[in-house]
Parts: sequence; C-alpha cells; structure tokens
Amino acid sequence: MKYWRVPFDRDKIDIPHGDIHINIDRCKGCSFCEEYCPRDVLKMSTNYNKKGYHYPDVIKQGECVNCCLCEMICPEFAIFCIESSKDTIQKGMKKGSNQEATS
Amino acid sequence: MTEVATQSKKGETKPKNEKPKAVLRDDYEHPMEIYLRIERFPHIWCATCGIGTVLTAFISGLEKSKLDIEKVTVVSGIGCTGRTAGYLRLDSFHTTHGRAIPFATGLALGNPKLKVVVISGDGDLTAIGGNHFIHAARRNLDLTIICVNNFNYAMTGGQAGPTTPMEAIASTAPYGCYEYPFNLPFLAESSGAVFVARWTALHIRRLTNTIAEALLKPGFSFIEVICPCATLYARRNRLGDGLDLMRFYHDNAIIKHGANTREVDIEYQKQIIVGKFVDIDKPTFLQQRDRFLKNKLGNQFIPYKEPVS
Ligand SMILES: Cc1ncc(C[n+]2csc(CCOP(=O)(O)OP(=O)(O)O)c2C)c(N)n1
Ligand code: SF4
Ligand code: SF4
Ligand code: SF4
Ligand SMILES: [Mg+2]
Repeated sequence: MKYWRVPFDRDKIDIPHGDIHINIDRCKGCSFCEEYCPRDVLKMSTNYNKKGYHYPDVIKQGECVNCCLCEMICPEFAIFCIESSKDTIQKGMKKGSNQEATS
Repeated sequence: MTEVATQSKKGETKPKNEKPKAVLRDDYEHPMEIYLRIERFPHIWCATCGIGTVLTAFISGLEKSKLDIEKVTVVSGIGCTGRTAGYLRLDSFHTTHGRAIPFATGLALGNPKLKVVVISGDGDLTAIGGNHFIHAARRNLDLTIICVNNFNYAMTGGQAGPTTPMEAIASTAPYGCYEYPFNLPFLAESSGAVFVARWTALHIRRLTNTIAEALLKPGFSFIEVICPCATLYARRNRLGDGLDLMRFYHDNAIIKHGANTREVDIEYQKQIIVGKFVDIDKPTFLQQRDRFLKNKLGNQFIPYKEPVS
C-alpha cells in the first residue's frame, strides 16, 4: 500500500495476506486488475493465453493483502484471492517480498 | 479444471513467450461460481466491457444481503446487459425486449415471498420499456431494478437511445446526438421510487453495498450503473477502451449522497454525480392494496397466504 506516512501501530497490525489464483484462459486482458490493485501485485504478461489475450502475472507474491479488489473488478471471473494460511504466508513472504517481474 | 498461474521464483528467468508453469488446482474454483452457470462461459461480453463487473457486484451484494437465494429471482430484457440473467444460477429469466418489468411484476405479485430483481440495459428499461418503468415506480412495486447505462443500444450496433448524451456519436447519430437525454435518477424519483442510487462500474465496493441495501429495501429501488461499452460507445467516440472509461470515471465521478436528482444530469464527458440520492419509506403496492381493501371490505377481504407446499 502507498502510505504517505507510516501508521504508528503498523508493527502491531496484522496485515492479511492472500494467495492469488488466475484462470489464465478465461482472462480477456482488460488490465482492470493490474490497474487497480492497491499493492501493484499484478502485471500484464507479455505472453498470450489460448484466446490470444495478455493475462496478468503475479509479480509480488508476498505483498497481496487479500483485499479482493481484483476479484471484484474482473469482468471475466478469471481471478480471485484466498486468504493465506499462516504457513503459506511465511512461504509467500520468503519467496516473494519485493520480487520483480521476470518476464 | 481451473488453471492457476504459478509465481515466478526469485532469480528465475522465463524464456519469452513461453507459458509460465501452471498448476491445476481442483480444490479451488472461483468463489462466485456457485452463483453462475459457468458451463455457459466464456460469456459474450467484449474485452474491457464492464457488464461482467456489474455482475460480480450483484453477486457480492446478494451474498451480503444474506437473502435466501431460493427466494431470489432475476429478470432481464434483451441487450448485452440482458444476458446477465442467463449467466446466473438462480431462478432467472431472459424475457423479451422492454418487458423485464412486466414479467417481474407478475412474479412479484404472484408470489410476494420472492425478491424480484431486474437487471437490464438503459435502452431496454427506459426506451422500449419506459412506460413499464414509470408505472412500476408509481405503484411502488416491490422490485429492485439495476440499470446498466452504457449510453447506447449496444447489442444492436450502438444506436443512440434515451440516455445518449448530447454530442456523443452513435451509429444513428454520426454527427453527434442532438436529443435531450433522460436523467434516470430524476425519472425514477419523480415516478415514485423509494430508493435511488447511481454508481459507475468502477465504484465496485460502494455498488455492492448499495445493491445489498436495495435488495433489503421494500418497494421500488433503482440503481443506475454507468458502465463502459468498449466496442461501440467508446470506440465510436474515440474514447479508448473500457479501461480508459474506468480511468475517466475515476477522475470525473463525484460522490454526493442525497444530491437533488434534478441536478444529476450527465453531459458528454463531463462530471458524473454518483451516490445514494433517495431513500424514503412508503407503503408498497401490496401493502397499499391490503390496507386499502381491508379498510373497505373488512373481513370479506382475504389477504394473500403462502401456498402450502
Ligand atoms: C421488440 C424488439 N425491438 C427491437 C429489438 C432489437 N434490440 C435488441 S437489444 C436492443 C437494445 C438494447 O439496448 P440496451 O437495453 O441499452 O442494452 P445494451 O445492449 O446496451 O446492454 C434492441 C433495440 C428487439 N430485440 N426486440
Ligand atoms: S487481492 Fe488486492 S492486493 Fe491482492 S492482488 Fe488482488 S487487488 Fe492486489
Ligand atoms: S481483470 Fe480479469 S479479465 Fe481483466 S486482465 Fe485481470 S484477470 Fe484478465
Ligand atoms: S457491445 Fe458494448 S456493451 Fe455489448 S458486450 Fe461489447 S462492450 Fe459490452
Ligand atoms: Mg445500453
């Protein structure tokens, strides 16, 4: 999230984490999810799906806050988010913190 | 089943144009799929069309309202938006053009235990179906109307309709539309609606909350959703695609709860006033009928009873 100041109690607040699931071939490449994800977790891939559309890639795995905005705004029911369980959070955090796009 | 993208691991470079490794997760499907006739997917809506987003808002709003979905029914007319009923795994009806409200009226009066929702286009509801719209509002029938306003008759090729803003180009208005458009919230309120709101397809959470609220409101509730039509409205007016319209809504929508509906006209590419404009209490058609006839007929009047099943 883009903070203009870091909240005083940031260390005490349990920020939720989510796992993103993308049904690549259902996507029609509108980029709504990429544009409105508050954490910039998603980025449109340079690859194509079966239908010939670019689909979103998850570029910052551990940073998803499970706000489900991508799920709500997707007109194709192609993306959704599920709250990570404690152990997947740890994995996700290790794997993904500030990870850059690789494609 | 659902194909799920895996995330690229740190330091791993993927060859260009190769699909990322995907895992098949049979244990997860989209949480909204239980409300959808997913076997009919992919749906017909164009890339960057906003109608699918309105459908997710409806499903979330329905969930939020905690209504028993066995008692919820959705009626649509004809048009791109008219296809929504057919994608919902509820008792849903795709009726003829302009006749969603008469059909819904029959359902609501035949079985008052039902929550009857109409999801349809601006043309369907306010052009060919305009008469039904004003009279359903006048009678305060217990209906929730969600009108997807994309400023044109999209399904038939982008003709100008009663909501096309002046100056906007349409297939039947090649030099721009010169008719005065309807101000739908004003039309609804002045016809008798008890709940009137407007959002855009971008105001997804507020729209969801408003839908939940409207579903629980007795009487005629009306929600206008300004929605991108990428293929016809946006393209013909050279406004880009659906994402550009979403950005436009972001920059130009102004939230004014309780705004006077007289003042919420939409002009071509100008500010869009959104919010909940009207929320009043008034007896519904059936409450009026029961009260009135009970008064006149006394014990002779037999009010509706739920059929024994
Ligand atoms: C009686 C009748 N007249 C005309 C049509 C042609 N027709 C089909 S959809 C449509 C307009 C739909 O516009 P709208 O309700 O705004 O829906 P949209 O496609 O924009 O979502 C028209 C005129 C028809 N199907 N039936
Ligand atoms: S759930 Fe929220 S934070 Fe996570 S990817 Fe979707 S929009 Fe971004
Ligand atoms: S919002 Fe949905 S359809 Fe649009 S790019 Fe994202 S996943 Fe694809
Ligand atoms: S024609 Fe317009 S309203 Fe119809 S599906 Fe395409 S973008 Fe959506
Ligand atoms: Mg329309």
